[in-house]
Amino acid sequence: MELHDVWFVLIAVLWTGYFFLEGFDFGVGVLTKLLARNRPEKRVLINTIGPVWDGNEVWLLSAGGATFAAFPEWYATLFSGFYLPLLLILVCLIVRGVAFEYRVKRPEENWQRNWETAIFWASLLPAFLWGVAFGNIVRGVQIDQDFNYAGGVLDLLNPYALLGGLVTLSLFTFHGTVFVGLKTVGEIRERARKLALRVGAVTALLALAFLLWTQADRGDGSSLVAMVAAVASLLIALVAARAGREGWAFAWSGLTIVATVAMLFLTLFPTVMPSTLNPDWSLTVTNASSSPYTLKIMTWCAGIATPVVLLYQGWTYWVFRKRIGTQHIAETVH
Amino acid sequence: MDLALAPETLARWQFGITTVYHFLFVPLTISLAALTAGLQTAWVRTEKEKYLRATKFWGKLFLINIAMGVVTGIVQEFQFGMNWSDYSRFVGDVFGAPLAFEALIAFFFESTFIGLWIFGWDKLPKKIHLACIWMVSIGTILSAYFILAANSWMQHPVGYRINEAKGRAELTDFWLVLTQNTALAQVFHTLTAAFLTGGAFMVGIAAFHLVRKKHVSVMKTSLRLGLVTVVIGGLLTAVSGDVLGKIMYQQQPMKMAAAEALWDGEKPAPFSVFAVGDVDKGHNKVAIEIPGLLSFLAKDDFSSYVPGINDVNKAEQEKYGPGDYRPNIPVAYWGFRWMIGFGMTSFAIGLAGLWLTRKKFMLPQHLRVGDDEVPHLVLLPKKALGPTLTKWYWRIAILTLGFPLIASSWGWIFTEMGRQPWVVYGLFQTRDAVSPGVSQAEVITSMVVFTTLYAILAVVEVKLLVKYVKAGPPELTEADLNPPTKIGGDSRDADKPMAFSY
Repeated sequence: MELHDVWFVLIAVLWTGYFFLEGFDFGVGVLTKLLARNRPEKRVLINTIGPVWDGNEVWLLSAGGATFAAFPEWYATLFSGFYLPLLLILVCLIVRGVAFEYRVKRPEENWQRNWETAIFWASLLPAFLWGVAFGNIVRGVQIDQDFNYAGGVLDLLNPYALLGGLVTLSLFTFHGTVFVGLKTVGEIRERARKLALRVGAVTALLALAFLLWTQADRGDGSSLVAMVAAVASLLIALVAARAGREGWAFAWSGLTIVATVAMLFLTLFPTVMPSTLNPDWSLTVTNASSSPYTLKIMTWCAGIATPVVLLYQGWTYWVFRKRIGTQHIAETVH
Repeated sequence: MDLALAPETLARWQFGITTVYHFLFVPLTISLAALTAGLQTAWVRTEKEKYLRATKFWGKLFLINIAMGVVTGIVQEFQFGMNWSDYSRFVGDVFGAPLAFEALIAFFFESTFIGLWIFGWDKLPKKIHLACIWMVSIGTILSAYFILAANSWMQHPVGYRINEAKGRAELTDFWLVLTQNTALAQVFHTLTAAFLTGGAFMVGIAAFHLVRKKHVSVMKTSLRLGLVTVVIGGLLTAVSGDVLGKIMYQQQPMKMAAAEALWDGEKPAPFSVFAVGDVDKGHNKVAIEIPGLLSFLAKDDFSSYVPGINDVNKAEQEKYGPGDYRPNIPVAYWGFRWMIGFGMTSFAIGLAGLWLTRKKFMLPQHLRVGDDEVPHLVLLPKKALGPTLTKWYWRIAILTLGFPLIASSWGWIFTEMGRQPWVVYGLFQTRDAVSPGVSQAEVITSMVVFTTLYAILAVVEVKLLVKYVKAGPPELTEADLNPPTKIGGDSRDADKPMAFSY
């Protein structure tokens, strides 16, 4: 296995980390409208991710930065090509971060309600758009001989990619719902458990359709294994959620995300962005990657940093391991 | 195409707007993290309540600020790919690595430990909670280091070779990229300037309260801490600026000639205090100069030769082929002056303040005040300033909180625009760096969206800052004074509301 293959795997790992962690963040954001019945409940939801959402989001910056360093051509084509969707995602992430921090800083009803609306939309849209983006990456887009995206923004809104968007949106919402079941106490926990079954059922239908479509179009043996793993994990997560085994439900919904990302990357390899205009113009791990020297340095960095990050981020989850309920939310503004 | 709406012009405007805006929050984040950590350390060591109240007060302002710094930083990470895809293709092999290091090492550190600090008051024992804010501080400094190493490579590319077949620069010596003198000097200069900024921020807000005789005990401590930070930070900013300037004379003579509007080389060269130039004719119409000073600034020698804009332009034309290698001279010239002017004014105000509010033992008996009284401003050894001058000093001290922010904005505008037409000096021009596939309409859309969003958020942020500045340091609660002894929180607190919640 050459270094650019290693880096293909590492980029997949960083995206997996991002979707696993910010996946439930986004889900919790969506649940503020779907699950919470009043402001204290909304605040319980937001505070389940309060101490961790920022650290979760850095997985995206790492995936972006590492793609820049390891596959400059991929980074350049992807971010200039998916310009407007990416702009929308960035706007959402900006608004969402500020909303978490500022919502509680003023007592006025309008102020708090507006930021709550912002949290909902700025969680829902990226959860959907990342699926659209990855759907398009896997499906291939119009890339010309200079590796520039030659299509328009409407070309990105094709049925396959849109279905991908619905899959990430529903999967992240499901992941968030089981997370809330795991992290809360009281009435909201009970409702989260019930909602998880319904969201999970919808997710299963959408994911099955999308993964089968992917397998039929671009799959091989290894992607079939990943697909089966994804679908099985989702079903086990549903069973666990039904049985009230919240920890297991969360672990398996996480594994669904892992297997889904794995499947998408398996169907891509060794291309990283297929061209629909001419297979010779596709970006691959070879023609898009950095020099071996850069990849070697990056391997050292990621090899040491990533386990350490997992360690101290894991410790954070342990520090904030206690479930929270409305009784833990102070009314004061601060 | 109309030059004003050319993709290059638009992309540059967008980069300028988003970067200068982002950098309003960066120096405050770097310095306030460390200053808050210092105050919290004082609380843990002395258990004096004023330090904890100060920690909570400055910590809150720090958090309002860092929230903006974090979210505007996300744009920076992706903007290279969005608007500058040909730049990304050309430099990614070299430039991407420090960016990835920044994310993997610094960003994770910063953002994970900030969460622990914000929510950790009732979840972590005192000392571990204190360690978290220090971790954040280390994260901010590491982050500055990596991104400045990347920027220094644009100022002075080293440790690379050109791969002709792939048409790109490739890394050959990463250690050199991280440790070249440009990088070290830029890091030194940016960090010291960050502390000047944070110190001035503290001085300004403390002065605001002291002149109203409010929250005196906490604000007096803050004022002294701010003043000391301004003076040390300001002094080191000047020293590091001098070091960086000398390096720039070696590496980018055009930038420095433009900074001085020195059209033709002179020996010895004067320092320009004021000039009105004529760019078309290549000379100054009006100039006020200090003889020999520029030679000294450039080369530590009052009589050395310093090349001018016209000389460097000619030399670069011979080296790189026909073209105009001059940056925007008025912007470079005035940017340089605004940077130094505003920065050093702040330093002077701090130096004056440090003397005026000097410690008790340096004052005669009748001018000493108790811990809860606003200090007299004592100019002469035994005489305090009159009421009018006192009022004016406090007013100026309040104003100074914005000066270093103006200075650092101009500093970046100067150093980035002074490098033009190059994006990587001597290697790659800005006009070749833009994304060929991104349309004019797309760039205009994103520029309008970012500018509008940033403007709205600026209003929101400033209003919040004002609200919390006016509110002053909070009173302490029973819980504040009895932090938990176990990681995860004491069981006695199990059903109590969280110390902090969103």
